[in-house]
Amino acid sequence: MQKQKKRSVAIAQIVISILAFFWVIPIIFVILQSFRAEGGQFVSYFIPKQWTFDNYAYLFTNNDGWNYGQWFLNTLFVSIVAGSISTFLTIGVAYALSRLQFKLKGFYLRFALVIGMFPGFLSMISIYYILKALNLTNSLWALIIMYSYGAALAFYVQKGFFDTIPQSLDERAQIDGASRWQIFRKITLPIAKPIIVYTALGAFTGPWMDFIFAKVVLGNNQDKWTVAVGLFTMVSAKENANALFMSFAAGSVMIAIPITILFIWLQRFFVEGVTAGSVKG
Amino acid sequence: MAKQQKTPKVKVPALHVPLTKLFSVADTDTKISYFLMGFSNLKNKQILKGLFFLLAEIGFFVWLGLNGLKMLAGLITLGTKTSGEQYDAKQGIYVTVAGDNSMLILLYGLASILLIALFVYAYRVNLKSARKIWEFKQEGKKLPTLKDDWNELLDDRLHLLFMVVPMIGIIFFTVLPIFYMISVAFTSYDHLHLPPGHLFHWVGFSNFSNILSGPMASTFFPVLGWTLIWAVLATVSSFILGVLLAMLINTKGLKGQKFYRTIFILTMAIPQFISFLVWANMLNDQGIINRLLESIGLVSASNPIHFLTGSFAAKVTVLVVNLWVGMPATMLVTTGILQNLSQDQVEAAQMDGATKFQIFKNITFPQILFVMAPSLIQQFIGNINNFNVIFLLTGGGPANSDFYRAGHTDLLVTWLYNLTLNSQDYNIASVIGIIIFIFSAGFSLLMFKRVNKLQGVNG
Repeated sequence: MQKQKKRSVAIAQIVISILAFFWVIPIIFVILQSFRAEGGQFVSYFIPKQWTFDNYAYLFTNNDGWNYGQWFLNTLFVSIVAGSISTFLTIGVAYALSRLQFKLKGFYLRFALVIGMFPGFLSMISIYYILKALNLTNSLWALIIMYSYGAALAFYVQKGFFDTIPQSLDERAQIDGASRWQIFRKITLPIAKPIIVYTALGAFTGPWMDFIFAKVVLGNNQDKWTVAVGLFTMVSAKENANALFMSFAAGSVMIAIPITILFIWLQRFFVEGVTAGSVKG
Repeated sequence: MAKQQKTPKVKVPALHVPLTKLFSVADTDTKISYFLMGFSNLKNKQILKGLFFLLAEIGFFVWLGLNGLKMLAGLITLGTKTSGEQYDAKQGIYVTVAGDNSMLILLYGLASILLIALFVYAYRVNLKSARKIWEFKQEGKKLPTLKDDWNELLDDRLHLLFMVVPMIGIIFFTVLPIFYMISVAFTSYDHLHLPPGHLFHWVGFSNFSNILSGPMASTFFPVLGWTLIWAVLATVSSFILGVLLAMLINTKGLKGQKFYRTIFILTMAIPQFISFLVWANMLNDQGIINRLLESIGLVSASNPIHFLTGSFAAKVTVLVVNLWVGMPATMLVTTGILQNLSQDQVEAAQMDGATKFQIFKNITFPQILFVMAPSLIQQFIGNINNFNVIFLLTGGGPANSDFYRAGHTDLLVTWLYNLTLNSQDYNIASVIGIIIFIFSAGFSLLMFKRVNKLQGVNG
């Protein structure tokens, strides 16, 4: 029995390391490519024959309009502002829908569920013209609006979390004469730290990952692009892809590393959020 | 705005006179408020509120006179003047005139309807506010000051503080686009009728019949079929393999559990446009995987494995690569569930000599399935709309000459993307969007009902 158990653990150990190996291949691959000096888009070996930092340097020094430094600052700005706004909005909406009683609550919950099922791509074009009517296209504020307004529809995970906080806490405070705002500020928010971190993490990383909506809104104004739009454009045009693939890899590594560190650092909150949300439904 | 119906859940402190009858019974101030919004507030020293109502009314009617009525009327025809050369009798020459832009006429027309709805809402709030003043006066109570209102906002009306701003965003950036999209489905807005050069018009249901039984049907039904096959296979494979992965990582005595879990979570941290583009590069006909296979003599350079360019192989590839992000997602959720599962049944089964597989099949797996049912439904809907995997790996390809602007691996949502951004057949795209919506909404409502019944929870 004991022996059999040991053997099955050993097998599990082998299987999991093989799987993990497959999972990191693309990651290792892209890191290696970012240092490759020779060749084009496709080569027949993993390890570069000549190592170089030129692919990184190119992103900051080229005159071909691939203004990575600017893109990085743009994205950082948008993600901090939009991330903060939408975290505030999401937490507020989720709290209201979970803890407060008001007339249109039931209606709103159904409304949000239904509205969330329309494919976003179709709205994209009309959102572009609405932003244009507001004279906002080609500006980073357009992106900030676009990443923030949806906050009021993406509240399920957070609402699920608030639902689990016992009602008796609120009631006791209410007897002591606390207003609902005070209950929210002093009682709920301190407990809600994991879900706030989870929300902020998602809201902050969103702008780094969106390559479609941002492109539609920002158009061809390369100085306003975000990193995702820029990097995607670099390799999606066939005529550039061969020459720029290694720089694309370098640019990818530079944004993937900070995001990954953020994820690993905040892993606990991320796992808690995902679990709370999906189990609650 | 939706009609506010009183639900029995809400505590109504006192019975109010309905707004329709209020006019005949209330005092003059309230009566004037029916015509001059905010009058009652202004007269009773609620200056800020009163000014807000008054300005809202003035602003609204100025807008209505200058633009609003024109915008609304535009909805009927969607524009009549085509741009182009026109003979100018006075000057005796042909001049270019700008025509109507049907697209903007439609968008602004719909926006005006929403603005009017918002105004009606403000009007009702104004009347309620006047009624409150009237009621307070009748009862001889002191009228609430701005500070009282503020305190109320932080207490009984806290939901307003949290909901109003996001709601305005939703109305203009979600509801308006959806109205617009639904309207476009009933127009002739395609690549032959592009504003500003051309007008488009209302065409009734002809786009729907075009897709369901007309020329588009031969693209629509195969794409729909593949979308459903893809959604089922992608969801089920990610789920089953993800659960197995979680079990594997949770094996008692396994070394480096945390390390492995982190590795798998990495795939969720890396932006998908990076990871899938890298996969696409590696799986290319000339990509590293084919080149390595070539160097060990498994394939020839002239005939590589068409991971992304073979009509069947590409479908398999997208499903397999999808596991790369799908399995860790399920693994993460399942790990949480596994740690909270009650061990009683498992131990009892072990006593009875059940094998590991039996325990998994009859106890653990059903429990996980039970808890995860809602998130499975969400994943299924998510996969119907899974844009990134397809778009970044194959771009919908390989091309299929039988289809209109779609390839072998195109899902409805990537086809929709092509139709809007590349071929500009907005009306067809809108119909597809509506069909996707009907599918997703219908399916999830049905499933949630069944799941809730099963779990004994009321929605």
